[in-house]
Amino acid sequence: MIIDHPLLGPRDSSEFTYLGDASLIDRPDPAGEDASSDFYDYAYLRDNPAGWHKELWFHEAGDRSWLVVTRNTVTHEISKVELASDVARAQGRSK
Amino acid sequence: MLDLKPTPAIGVPDQTIGTVTIAETDGVALASVAARKGQLVASEATLKSRLGAVPPVGGAVFGDAETGFWTGSDQWMITASFDSHENLADQWKDELGAAASVTEQSGGWVVFDVTGADMLAMCELLCSVAIRRMETGDVQRTMVHQMGCFVICCDAGLHIRIIGPRASALSLHHALIGAATAVA
Repeated sequence: MIIDHPLLGPRDSSEFTYLGDASLIDRPDPAGEDASSDFYDYAYLRDNPAGWHKELWFHEAGDRSWLVVTRNTVTHEISKVELASDVARAQGRSK
Repeated sequence: MLDLKPTPAIGVPDQTIGTVTIAETDGVALASVAARKGQLVASEATLKSRLGAVPPVGGAVFGDAETGFWTGSDQWMITASFDSHENLADQWKDELGAAASVTEQSGGWVVFDVTGADMLAMCELLCSVAIRRMETGDVQRTMVHQMGCFVICCDAGLHIRIIGPRASALSLHHALIGAATAVA
C-alpha cells in the first residue's frame, strides 16, 4: 500500500504506523457537563465501517508527521491524505 | 585554551570494497532548529541569512560553512565542521533567540560518507530510498536495518552521506559494509 504524503509524495506504508480512527483528534472538553460519558465514548467506542474511514497514521520512518488518511477498509483505496495539523487547524484549533 | 580533538564514534579507517568507499566522517557539528509557534517567518529569515536559502521540503542547502537540511515541518538540521563550529548550537540560538528551539546534536549522530559507482546498488540494498531518482541536495529520512537515518544526496549517483544514531554506529557500519560487500 502506498500513502501519498502531502509533503513528501508517495511513500510505502511500511514507513508508517497506524493509530486508529481520526476522531481521536476531537478530544472532548474535560470541563463539559457530560465529560464522563464523552470520555468513555472517546476512549472505548469506535465505529468499524466497511468502506470509507478516516484514520490517523504516523510517518515514523520519515518526517514523523501525523496524517489523516481517508481509506476504504474494503478495497484499501486511499482517496485523501492530509496533515493532521491542517485538519485540526481547519476545525478552528490553533497549532 | 585546550586543543581538544573530537572523538569519532567508531574510529575505523576508510574502507574501499569494490568501487565503494565507506568513510566515517568525524568532526561534524550538528544542531537542530525547530521554529516555534508563529515564528516560522523569523526562523526562515535566519536560515536564509546563514545558509543562503531555506532548505526546501526533503532537501538540503549547502552553504559556505554550514549545511542545513529539512527534517520535518518547520524543522531543520544544521551541520558544519566541528573545528570551526564547535559551538554551532549556541551560534544559532544567539541569532534565533525566541523564534526557534535549538538543540545541540553533535553527540547524537554518526556520519558516514559513501562514494563510488556501486553506491547506487548498495543504497538500494540498504533502504527504500529511490536513490536513482535523487538529485544533488535531496534528503530523505529512512530506515537502514531498523535504524532511523538521514540519507543526503551530496553528488547524484556518486556520493551520499548517511547520518545515523551514534549509539548504533557499529551496527550501522556493519550494515554498510555488508551491503557494499554484496554488490562488489
